[in-house]
Amino acid sequence: MRSRAAVLDRATPRAGIGLKAGAWFAVLFLNLPILFIVLYGFTTDEQSYSFPPPGLTTRWFGVIMNRGDFWDALWLSVSVAFVATIAALILGTLAAAAMYRFSFFGKESVTLLILLPIALPGIVTGISLRAAFDLADVPFSYWTIVAGHATFCIVVVYNNAIARLRRSSPAMMEASMDLGANSLQTFRHVVLPNLATALLAGGMLAFALSFDEIIVTTFTAGQQTTLPIWMFKELVRPHQRPVTNVAAIIVMAITFVPILLAYYLTRDTQDVAGSGK
Amino acid sequence: MPQPSIAVSFRAVSRHYGAVRAVDEVSFDILDGEFFAMLGPSGSGKTTCLRLIAGFEQPTAGLVAIHGRDMAGVPPYDRDVNTVFQDYALFPHMSVRENVAYGLMIRKVPAAERAKRAEEMLAMVKLADFGARKPSQLSGGQRQRVALARALVNRPSVLLLDEPLGALDLKLREQMQVELKAIQRQVGITFIYVTHDQGEALSMSDRVAVFNQGRIEQIAAPAELYEKPRTEFVAGFVGISNLLQGEAARAATGAARACSIRPEKIHLAPAGAAAPGSAMRVEGEVESLLYLGANTRFDIRLPGGGYLAVVQQNRDAHYAPEQGSKVTLWWDARHLMTFGG
Repeated sequence: MRSRAAVLDRATPRAGIGLKAGAWFAVLFLNLPILFIVLYGFTTDEQSYSFPPPGLTTRWFGVIMNRGDFWDALWLSVSVAFVATIAALILGTLAAAAMYRFSFFGKESVTLLILLPIALPGIVTGISLRAAFDLADVPFSYWTIVAGHATFCIVVVYNNAIARLRRSSPAMMEASMDLGANSLQTFRHVVLPNLATALLAGGMLAFALSFDEIIVTTFTAGQQTTLPIWMFKELVRPHQRPVTNVAAIIVMAITFVPILLAYYLTRDTQDVAGSGK
Repeated sequence: MPQPSIAVSFRAVSRHYGAVRAVDEVSFDILDGEFFAMLGPSGSGKTTCLRLIAGFEQPTAGLVAIHGRDMAGVPPYDRDVNTVFQDYALFPHMSVRENVAYGLMIRKVPAAERAKRAEEMLAMVKLADFGARKPSQLSGGQRQRVALARALVNRPSVLLLDEPLGALDLKLREQMQVELKAIQRQVGITFIYVTHDQGEALSMSDRVAVFNQGRIEQIAAPAELYEKPRTEFVAGFVGISNLLQGEAARAATGAARACSIRPEKIHLAPAGAAAPGSAMRVEGEVESLLYLGANTRFDIRLPGGGYLAVVQQNRDAHYAPEQGSKVTLWWDARHLMTFGG
């Protein structure tokens, strides 16, 4: 308790004017473009983004309701993200459990290999996956997209799970065995409940990452159009441009909710790693 | 009186990690209902012995038996022992009540009985009102009690305690020693208590095993351990030892054999004072002194080059030398402890 009070004391002195200005500049720099995206979702000009908009309308929200291609793309993205996240939860948790529990020759190298997909530029992951699928004669499909997304989704889940495992006392599992629980009961009653929030946060981040992924998807998709690809194609077409903006607003809403939830669920634990990509 | 049965027995048990002999051919028996301490510095093998009993380790060689049954290959969850862990190892996602009832839940004890026994146990460790809290909302001493209740609720025949008081402050530690002893008398089961604190071992135990480098130096009741240590190591680890060797030993006792004398057995007198006929006597000079309230500790330099610590009760206004004073030390010859050949 005393140490927390000390931290508060140290944080109390007010920030200088320069620091404040810098912070506000950074906030605007990051968020102003998003405001413009929202603004142009309501413009009456359908060919270019002129400023100020010649007029405001909500008719693009009506237009998008009848654009089946948009809803197909949205559904495909949600479905890919869902399946990739499930795969990542299973494989990422198992990988974390193995790396936590066993030490073996080359463990550091394996850790690096697991983390590599998120460290490498997406374009490298994309090209190598495409080359690998070609070599193996795997036709590009829904499942090649899922596999491509799973590569980096696993990392997010793995990072969260292993951080939580490292933080929990190894004696906890021994205590459970000591009290009569076998390995399966220990996993169910002790390990899993302790991992739950970390897995939830990791899963949500994985979902959000997969949902707006475009680079790896470009290389691993066949005829499928995920939402980011749809938007990219839509943007270069001359008509109904604001529809893209309306789609962007919908996407923002969809990705924002899980990220916010993940933040609130894990903010006391301070070990959510790998949230950037 | 019927012979008490043996709760735990070790027969030539070794546990090696590569070239390191954590436990090296150790044999002993622990009796039913005994408070048995394993005392030793860190790395002496005492915790490994505890883990061998709990089943977290398997012996490299030798036999570990609990109530006469060979424990080779028996996993921790099939042993009739429970452990109080050093860092308590409470389950952070469960309430105190759920923590205590965990072992009963796993053993499929009906919910009503489970709740009743958990409450009884919490009452015994004086935490009756804390059942709904999470471990993170408890103090160190309270967590320690929860860990104790969680182990005892299963009514094991042997309770293992791995330095359970190590993380508590001094006052709490002393209070818990009294309570642990009382609880042990109340439940009547075997307590095996690992500690590096000789005070804890002496104050609570029926018998103490002193570990050193994977072997047992001596197993004895506390008083015997203190008054008649069998080796220099035991004399040094239990209490202040005042070990004298070579010339210093010759000056004090007339022989060069290593010997030791407890500081409270030594009398202080002015230089040149006579001592009773049967006493051993040596002259010295006060090098330093520490006033400790109930007693004063003098460090006396001997002519042979050695030092002797003398602890004198501050009960009466008797002889109180100052730093640099020449003094005479004397003690009854039966208090001298000698080791080796």
